Amino acid sequence: MINERYLKNEERVIYTLRSLYDSYGYLPFTMSKFEEYELYVKNKDFLVSDGVITFTDTNGKLLALKPDVTLSIIKNGQDEKGVKQKVYYSENVYRISGSTRQFKEIMQTGLECIGDIDLYDVFEVVTLACASLEAISENYVVEISHLGVLSSLLDCASSNDEFKNAVMECIKQKNAHEIKKLCKEYGIKEDKANLLCSFVGIYGKADSVLKKLDELNVSDDFASSVNELKAIVALLDSTKYKDKIQLDFSIVNDMNYYNGIVFNGFIEGVCETVLFGGKYDGLLDKLGRQSKGIGFAIYIDLLEEMGGQSRSYDVDVLVLYDKTDAKTLSEVVASYISKGQSVTTQKEIPERIRYKELVDLRGGKIND
Amino acid sequence: MINVALPKGRLGEKVYQMFAKAGFECPSILENNRKLIFENKEKNVRYFWVKPSDVSIYVERGAADIGVCGKDILLEYEPDIYEILDLNMGKCRMAVAAKKDFYDDTNKTLKVATKFANIAKKYYASKCRNIDIIKLNGSIELAPILELSDVIVDIVETGTTLRENNLEVFEEIVPISARLIVNKSSFKFKTAEIEKIASSLKEQVEAND
Repeated sequence: MINERYLKNEERVIYTLRSLYDSYGYLPFTMSKFEEYELYVKNKDFLVSDGVITFTDTNGKLLALKPDVTLSIIKNGQDEKGVKQKVYYSENVYRISGSTRQFKEIMQTGLECIGDIDLYDVFEVVTLACASLEAISENYVVEISHLGVLSSLLDCASSNDEFKNAVMECIKQKNAHEIKKLCKEYGIKEDKANLLCSFVGIYGKADSVLKKLDELNVSDDFASSVNELKAIVALLDSTKYKDKIQLDFSIVNDMNYYNGIVFNGFIEGVCETVLFGGKYDGLLDKLGRQSKGIGFAIYIDLLEEMGGQSRSYDVDVLVLYDKTDAKTLSEVVASYISKGQSVTTQKEIPERIRYKELVDLRGGKIND
Repeated sequence: MINVALPKGRLGEKVYQMFAKAGFECPSILENNRKLIFENKEKNVRYFWVKPSDVSIYVERGAADIGVCGKDILLEYEPDIYEILDLNMGKCRMAVAAKKDFYDDTNKTLKVATKFANIAKKYYASKCRNIDIIKLNGSIELAPILELSDVIVDIVETGTTLRENNLEVFEEIVPISARLIVNKSSFKFKTAEIEKIASSLKEQVEAND
């Protein structure tokens, strides 16, 4: 029997998520901590951080402490029509943190759905993302974007890749003023410049965002991406997660790997993005596979920030003894443990220890 | 409660006036004392003064929901935040400066003294120039005078310090001004308040133009 008292929030979450993913037919997937470095060199831009921790094995082959789980899951597997591989994982990944260049061990839980996927699968994965966050906190938001909407919008403004990349960076930061400057610099027509700037302000509840997108007459590609977004939103509308869903196009992932629906998850009280997900057909294509894929990962470490779980005491009972015989001592200890309390035995009170009750057995008797 | 990180100094004081005008006043902030945090429970707002170069860290890490900092800091540290408004204040430029008689020998590694190592690195990488960065924390102008470096990459406001030390601007890298930045997660949960502040500040900026 698991005593909830000893379960850290993160552990409780992982346990809950396992049963959630299992109920949707996802199978657990465990992998090695190491992977050949070559896999990451070939797909460097797919990785969130550019720092990979490497070392050589006994045969001189360069290995890496795995910085990412998705690549390890999808590098092998069969592509069969009508078939999907559904897996979930709880794994540590290893990265070099941006500014301080420290090694970091990050715990991730997530799932991948790879194969002949369709609208239902996309819906199922986004729903599971919502359900996962709901298992963690009732105050959460899942924001969804469609990279096709973004890329078709950029295509209609310019064919210059340098300009498009710079604008994408601005959209990621909801930075309309810099887009305005860039448009001027690259000689973009005023109507297109205004379109790009106003696009930054389109976010929020799905209904109002979709309405605004309908008013923008951009291109056929744009309209077809919006329609894909509408299809998924329509399905989500019938779920209990409806009010937690927002559309936001500031999610910008590398379009060489990701395509279509991408989504992020936030929890109130956690300052960073907790959940990252999306469709990554481009990545599978680069690895020579015909399948399509969608998945997400939750950064379990970040849940520590939620608080409310730190201990205020080191121990319930501190038993102080000196020449007390071991038998008496063991009986006293056992009596408290049987009441469900934690006990530590000490000859002196350790500095800085916090306890609820002090039991003084010095001199062989219970002292007040 | 909206937490606002303001940069210590004149710019921060000006920005506070804009927030007050937007309906988020906190009169205790104007008292002359050494307190660092000021709160107005009625308006649901809390301000704190921080070192200008630290504002982005407070915002990125969620200790502040919003903050105001220079574009130079955003370019240097590249924090993962929303940059939602150019306040058009604290205007200056990031520039390359050197001694007036400086000749750029492209056959040599260029020694660059700067506080902004990332900006300098990116700028010269875009020009395919091999450089040696000398990271300094202050009195950057001294470096070329003592021949510690060939050039400096630094913020230039009026150019007075440069002129007085016989230095001049050689190339401009990017114009700088103060920006309103927002923590990504806070933006999702305090959207209405943040939008209210941003739109009022935007109106004030446009009125000043």
